Amino acid sequence: MELAYGHPKSLKPIQTKYCPGCGHGVIHRLIAEVVDEMGLQTRAIITNPVGCSIWADLYFDFDSVQPAHGRTPAAATGVKRMLPDHLVICYQGDGDLAAIGTAEIIHAANRGEKFTTIFVNNAIYGMTGGQMAPTTLVGQHATTAPEGRDPIVAGMGYPIRVCELLSSLEGTKYLARGAVNNMVNTRKTKNYIKKAFEAQMRGEGFTMVEILSQCPTNWQMNPVQSVDWLEKNMISYYPLGEIKNTLSTATSAAASPEQAK
Amino acid sequence: MAEEIRLMKGNEAIGEAAVRAGCRAYFGYPITPQNELTAYMAKHMLAKGRTFIQAESEVAAINMVYGASSTGARAMTSSSSPGVSLKQEGISYLCGADLPAVIVNVARSGPGLGGISPSQGDYFQSTRGGGHGDYYTIVLAPKGVQDAADLTYEAFSISEKWRVPVLILADGLIGQMMEGVVLPPPLDPAMFPRKPWAVGYAAEMGRPYNHVTSINLVPDELEAANRARFARYEQIKKELIRYEEIDVEDADLVFVAYGTSARVSHGALQMARTRGMKVGLFRPITLWPFPYARIHELAKKGKKFLSVEMSMGQMVEDVKLAVEGAAPVYFYGRCGGNIPSQEEVFAEVKRLLGK
Repeated sequence: MELAYGHPKSLKPIQTKYCPGCGHGVIHRLIAEVVDEMGLQTRAIITNPVGCSIWADLYFDFDSVQPAHGRTPAAATGVKRMLPDHLVICYQGDGDLAAIGTAEIIHAANRGEKFTTIFVNNAIYGMTGGQMAPTTLVGQHATTAPEGRDPIVAGMGYPIRVCELLSSLEGTKYLARGAVNNMVNTRKTKNYIKKAFEAQMRGEGFTMVEILSQCPTNWQMNPVQSVDWLEKNMISYYPLGEIKNTLSTATSAAASPEQAK
Repeated sequence: MAEEIRLMKGNEAIGEAAVRAGCRAYFGYPITPQNELTAYMAKHMLAKGRTFIQAESEVAAINMVYGASSTGARAMTSSSSPGVSLKQEGISYLCGADLPAVIVNVARSGPGLGGISPSQGDYFQSTRGGGHGDYYTIVLAPKGVQDAADLTYEAFSISEKWRVPVLILADGLIGQMMEGVVLPPPLDPAMFPRKPWAVGYAAEMGRPYNHVTSINLVPDELEAANRARFARYEQIKKELIRYEEIDVEDADLVFVAYGTSARVSHGALQMARTRGMKVGLFRPITLWPFPYARIHELAKKGKKFLSVEMSMGQMVEDVKLAVEGAAPVYFYGRCGGNIPSQEEVFAEVKRLLGK
């Protein structure tokens, strides 16, 4: 019998250091599956950020570059400009992308850099232990927002919708937001990733898939509670779907929105 | 055929030398007094179909260098003092990941925003690593336009050989002055072999996947990596130290000066010699590694030293470390963007020699 579902070649068959219920492992798998389907394992390079997913280079079975915190899009720019025929995956968390690296992501997007950003938004700092992220929801608790994020009295600002923020930039061609809290959203997210990677390899411009992801440890709940919390709280603020799609070519059959549903 | 001598600004000669060295990617951000260099690279890199990016910041520029260098390409950035401060994080990461790179500092006066006139106030930052962690960068100090072109050209191969970033420490005067320059032959970057440590073309290279990184959370492993890097530094000290000596053998007093202050000191040396005073000049070309041993040797011959700098006294500490108390070490400096005149340096010589 033919094996219908196995471990992706581009992902090493080892246990990750990620916490139970964390979304990174699922997102890694989605990326690896798409890389395999596109036959790009030997042509893929991931720039992995500072944050929990700094361990990405342990798990992906292809080349990697680990830059400074927030500078991931600048380093990915350097990599992709030198290797335009490679698939460059700029993996970033919400602190890396939307706080310390805000300048780098906006300008890489605006230049239309031809790599794909995978933006993992779990509304919290994971590795450093649960501090407030730029995407932490109003009222959500964090070690640095002990009474909950308070945009007004404490002046903590509002959660940043990154896809919407970048959508006004001419250099951005494809901005989609998915989630990995259930099977349906996970399948759709994989299709967004595939569409973005294919657009990258056609050299169309800046592509990004934002992925709403669970962090049960720092949300202080169990994995089952965390997928429900994401569904009930994050998706209403961060709407799922293709926020911007100005890709010039017709979408491939594999990545068509119909099939994604 | 006679060599072509071109009249060029230092900033432009550095740019042309980098293009000829096969630099494939330049990333910069505007700052005075190095703007001609960025503009030169924009014009000539783009014309050759190479990568030029005016980055959103010096921070982004050095991290673009990090990415480009990770692929094994010859990559470069340039800036001036405040901008080079911003690059220090990236330089530390380059060193931690053992990546080559060429960084040009056309230095200006500080601290803070300071001024835009020439200075040597970045000596400490340049020669002591500059960022966080245990590391050094190789530091080359040109004294004029020809020297700036030659050292920049060579910096790429030195950096690749040792997998250590090379800093060209010029100053605003060297960047802005025009002199005749004979340029080195152009190299075609397409002819460079792929690097076994770089990312990209894994299948063609027939190698396991590479991970360019500076992280290691296992203390013993990180210590071993640092010790291996420092063993390489020891080898660099054996092979790379360079300096220029003028009239040191019979000298009673030896100037120690680099870059622009070495040019000024040479003028003061000539004034002294015409008046029968035995003065010499020792010009370090590599500021790191610093030529401690040769200065120590001269100290044991009974010479006095005068460190002439465009700072409040930074290299003088290295001269004292070299001399190890074996001879008197004096300092004369101007700062704030002022350049000492040869007359005032000569006046200091007369005072020190009791003439």
